[in-house]
Amino acid sequence: MPRTRTTDPSHATEKAARPPVAAPPPPMPRRAPRKVRLWRKLTPWLFLAAPLALLIAFTYAPVANMLAYSFTDWDGVSPELRYTGPDNYIEIFTRPELFQVFFVSGYYLAASALQIGVALYFATILSFDLRFRNLFKGVLFFPYLINGVAIGFVFLYFFQDGGTLDSLLALLGHESDRAWLGTSTSANISLSGVSVWRYTGLNFVLFLGAIQSIPGELYEAAELDGANRWHQFRYIIAPGIRPVLSLSVILSISGSLSVFEIPYIMTGGATGTETFVIQTVKLAFQFNKTGLASAAAVVLLLIILAVTWLQRRLVPDDRADLV
Amino acid sequence: MTTLTIPTPVIRRRVARTLTYLSLVGASVVVLLPLLVVLLTSLKTEEQMADDSGALTLPDNPLNLANYATAFRDGEMLAAFGNTAFILAFAITGTVLIGSMAAYAIDRFTFRFRKLVVALFLVATLVPGVTTQVATFQIVDSFGMFDTLWAPIALYTGTDIVSIYIFLQFVRSIPISLDESARLDGANAFTIYRKIIFPLLKPAVATVVIVKGITVYNDFYIPFLYMPSDDLGVISTSLFRFKGPFGAHWETISAGAVLVILPTLIVFLALQRFIYNGFTRGATK
Repeated sequence: MPRTRTTDPSHATEKAARPPVAAPPPPMPRRAPRKVRLWRKLTPWLFLAAPLALLIAFTYAPVANMLAYSFTDWDGVSPELRYTGPDNYIEIFTRPELFQVFFVSGYYLAASALQIGVALYFATILSFDLRFRNLFKGVLFFPYLINGVAIGFVFLYFFQDGGTLDSLLALLGHESDRAWLGTSTSANISLSGVSVWRYTGLNFVLFLGAIQSIPGELYEAAELDGANRWHQFRYIIAPGIRPVLSLSVILSISGSLSVFEIPYIMTGGATGTETFVIQTVKLAFQFNKTGLASAAAVVLLLIILAVTWLQRRLVPDDRADLV
Repeated sequence: MTTLTIPTPVIRRRVARTLTYLSLVGASVVVLLPLLVVLLTSLKTEEQMADDSGALTLPDNPLNLANYATAFRDGEMLAAFGNTAFILAFAITGTVLIGSMAAYAIDRFTFRFRKLVVALFLVATLVPGVTTQVATFQIVDSFGMFDTLWAPIALYTGTDIVSIYIFLQFVRSIPISLDESARLDGANAFTIYRKIIFPLLKPAVATVVIVKGITVYNDFYIPFLYMPSDDLGVISTSLFRFKGPFGAHWETISAGAVLVILPTLIVFLALQRFIYNGFTRGATK
């Protein structure tokens, strides 16, 4: 683009106006003509038009609509919808089979705790000098990058009758003859195990990044004072990565509540592995109960917002906030 | 005996080191074994799958690629990769443009309602996409985008608030004096954005491209809900459809899974360092 644009009057005037007043730096440029001022006012909005339109269309409008639908009996297709008041909400909390899906989240919540612990352990030992460090780093992180459907199939075969797990146990001299995904408890444990396999790497990399941002002199000083690895972890690493740790906890809780992919791909929600999101998707898109599904979604959203709020209160975020 | 002369702290340290390595090797086995078995399975013939030799046996012919041919052809993986590439190209370009423009406007201008705009973006991060999907569906449908490739493109581009923050972080680190001197040279806001800000955002663009690329490539939920047509399969949904026709043909399903994982592995090996950085940045902002 040429440096001076004759088509744009604002800069031409600015340029022409500058030399006479340039000698002592003026605090304010001379008042520009009205058209120019209007143009200037508009500029940020031109940049923001597309982002804001998308933000409103795909985040705020859906949230508003969802709230509205949740008080109706709409089926998602018919033009008429009837206002039913809080009926949908009452239904969710009084029909045990609808509420039950929250207990499935318990398995994933327990799995998250395990996952954070394991990630923390490996992040700590791999932040010290070890042979093949980068190799181990890569191996631990890689599952996070794998396609969810592929993971679903890998582990369907893993738990398959005569699949990976059974063959492995046979190799160790233990002939097992059980359907791993056959009962509700073992299926949920198996599935949440898959989520540990899949997500530990992300937590691990986040922790590793945080640990590496702790200045190295701290460890040296601590070592001179006779601190061992546990002391270093307890007094240097743990406080140093607290913000990331609390972020992981939050992500784990909201993640545990909104599990969808792995159980949907592996069991389709059968044998008691149905999660909240699977149920909502089924209600909305199979049974055409958009109103009820919306109410369910509002409940989930409120729970997640409450958890986030609680976490912010308990662990105040000391990073400077945005803007 | 020499062992007697080794002082206890040294032994202790050696034991600790051994245990550390053992735990790392154990974790690696846990991670890699399920994947390796699927790779082995993908190279087996139907007969070998049927002979009850177990999942851990080696394939008779390690160069048997017949299952890959089947998966690729009958699973319509070529179309799936094509659709995925199309969505990736548009969604990533859109995200980069939208994110950098929003960040530039928010950081470089003072205008009325600026605080409100910032708050709108901030609050939006708290709303998890899965919760609003039922209502989002109606909106996408009303735009006539349902069952087109544009539905996922619009959703990936429009709901990515994290990348706006990544860009914002970078725009803030670019000295304002650069903008000012360009303005003195007669550049207007668009020129400044295009010629000064955007080129300096390269590291942020790399981060966003990587994080976004991996998310879009792997996403199942959005294409599954919004593009039910057979010819609109992306790699996740096409692979998911293997469940039907290939039923218990684990050798074909495994080949399909390996086909989908392989590009990720190659990209990961090539860009390791950037990927780690990208995810640390993408998740903590």
